[in-house]
Amino acid sequence: MAKISTEKLNLWYGDFQALLDVNASFEPNRITAIIGPSGCGKSTMLRVFNRMNDLIEGVKTSGKVLVDGINILDSNADLVKLRKEVGMVFQRPNPFPLSIYENIVFGERVHSENVKKDKLDEIVEMSLKSVLLWDELKDRLKESALSLSLEQRQRLCIARLIAVKSDVLLMDEPCSTLDPQATAKIEELMRELKNNYTIIIVTHNMQQAARVSDDTGFMLLGELVEFGKTDQIFTAPKDKRTEDYITGRYG
Amino acid sequence: MKRNSHRAQNIAFFFLLMATLLIVVPVGLIVVIIIQKGLPAINWQFLSDVPRQGMRAGGIFPAIIGTIYLVTGAIVFALPIGLLAAIYLSEYSKDNPLNRIIKLAIINLAGVPSVVYGLFGLALFVIFFKFGASILSGSLTLGIMILPIVITTSREALESVPQSFREVSLSLGASKWQTIRNIVLPNAIPGILTGTILGLGRAAGETAPILFTVAAFYLPQLPKSIFDQAMALPYHLYVISTQVPNVDEKIRYGTAFVLLALVLFMNLVAIIIRTKFRKKKKW
Repeated sequence: MAKISTEKLNLWYGDFQALLDVNASFEPNRITAIIGPSGCGKSTMLRVFNRMNDLIEGVKTSGKVLVDGINILDSNADLVKLRKEVGMVFQRPNPFPLSIYENIVFGERVHSENVKKDKLDEIVEMSLKSVLLWDELKDRLKESALSLSLEQRQRLCIARLIAVKSDVLLMDEPCSTLDPQATAKIEELMRELKNNYTIIIVTHNMQQAARVSDDTGFMLLGELVEFGKTDQIFTAPKDKRTEDYITGRYG
Repeated sequence: MKRNSHRAQNIAFFFLLMATLLIVVPVGLIVVIIIQKGLPAINWQFLSDVPRQGMRAGGIFPAIIGTIYLVTGAIVFALPIGLLAAIYLSEYSKDNPLNRIIKLAIINLAGVPSVVYGLFGLALFVIFFKFGASILSGSLTLGIMILPIVITTSREALESVPQSFREVSLSLGASKWQTIRNIVLPNAIPGILTGTILGLGRAAGETAPILFTVAAFYLPQLPKSIFDQAMALPYHLYVISTQVPNVDEKIRYGTAFVLLALVLFMNLVAIIIRTKFRKKKKW
C-alpha cells in the first residue's frame, strides 16, 4: 500500500493556483524524486505532506492527501502526530544553535515529559549511527552544532528526524548548498535509509534524481505531468513535455 | 569643471563632518564638565550619608536607594507585560485593524511627554487607586513610560530569530508555544535584555513622571514599604539646584555625576551584552 497518496490535490496561494489536480502515490522503502523547473510547485507539494504550508497566510487546499490511509488535510488532523511521522529536511542545513546532543534530543524533549538521561543518550547514539556520524562526533556531543561542516549539519538534521521516529523523510533540495563530494555522501546515506523510510526528494538536479531515485515525478506549472519508474522517465518518457525537460530544452 | 566638482565635494564633506562633530561636542562637554566639577564631591560619606543641614551638606544615600527601588519597580512591571506583548505582536498577531491600532498605540506611547506620564500617574495610581504618593505609584508610572522601549526592542529581538528555526521546530512536531519557549525566546534573550537595560536607564533619569507620584522633597530615612514616599536622584538634583538656596556647587555636580554615572553604567552593560551576543551569533 502507498505510504502517501494524493487525490485531486489542488492548492492556491491567494488567487494563484500552485497545484493542479495532482494524483500521485509514494511507495514505502523507495526514493521518489520530484523534478521540474523553478516555480513548478514541487516544493509546495512536499510542504503539503507535513502541512508546513499552514504557516503561510492565504493558503487554500482541496482534494485529499492520505498518509497511511488518513486524510491529513482534514481540519481535525493531528498535526503533531503527522509532523512526527513525516519529517522534513530543508534546503539549508538548519541545526538549532544548540549542542549536537540537544539538537538530536529536541524532538524527544518536546514530545515526552521527564525523559531519562539514559533514554536520551540511547536516542543520540542510535540516530547518529544511522546517519554515520557517531564515530566522528561521539566525543564532541556537547559542542555547538554550528561548529559542524555543512554536510555534517545536514546529516545532523536527518538524525534529528530519525530521533523522532519519522517514517517519511521529505527532502527539499537537501544537497543544493553542498559540494559534489558531500552530495555524494548524502545520496549514499539516502540509499542506506530507504530500507526503513519512505523518502521523497525534491531536486533541481536531474542527474541527482536519476542517480538516487526509484520513482520520478515530473511537474510543470503546478501539474504532475508524468509519474513512473525513474528508468522509464529518463529513457522513454511518455509525455513530450517530460522529454523536452530531461533533454534540457528548458528548465 | 572637474576641479569645481572636486571642490564642491570637499566643501560638502567639510560641512557634513562639522555637523556630525556638533553632535559629539555637547555629549563630550556634558561628560567632561560633570566629571570635572562633580568628581571632587564624591567620597564615601557623600554616597552613604543622608542629606544634612537642609541638604547643604551630608550625602545623597536616600536618593540613590530611592532611584534603585523605583527602577527595580518599573522593570518588575514593564518587563513581563512588555515581553508578553512583544511575543504576541511578533509571533501571533496577524495584520488586521486591531493589531495596527495596537502598534500605533505603542509608537504614540513612546512620544508622550514625560510630564504627561507624571500627571497620568497622579490621576490613576495616586488618586484613583489610592496608592498615594508612593514607590508603587512611581514605579507603575515609570513602568508605563518605558513599556514602548521594552516592547519595541523585545519585538525586534524576537523577529531577528531566523524564521527557519521556527519552521524546523514546528516540522519536528513542536507546538507553536513550545517553539517560542524552547527556540525563539532563548535566542532573543540578549536583545530583550539590552532593551530592558536601556529602558532602565531612561527610567532612572526621568524627573517629571516621579514628580507627582513618589518623589519626596526631603526624607532622610529610607522607605520601609512600597507605599512609602522616597527620594530620587533626578528630583533631588532639581531640588538642590532650584529650590534650596546656597547649596554648594560641589554637591549639585556631585549628584549629577552620580546620576550620570548610573545611567551611563547601565547603557554600558547593555552595549557589552549586545557586542558579546553579536560575536557569538553565527547564523
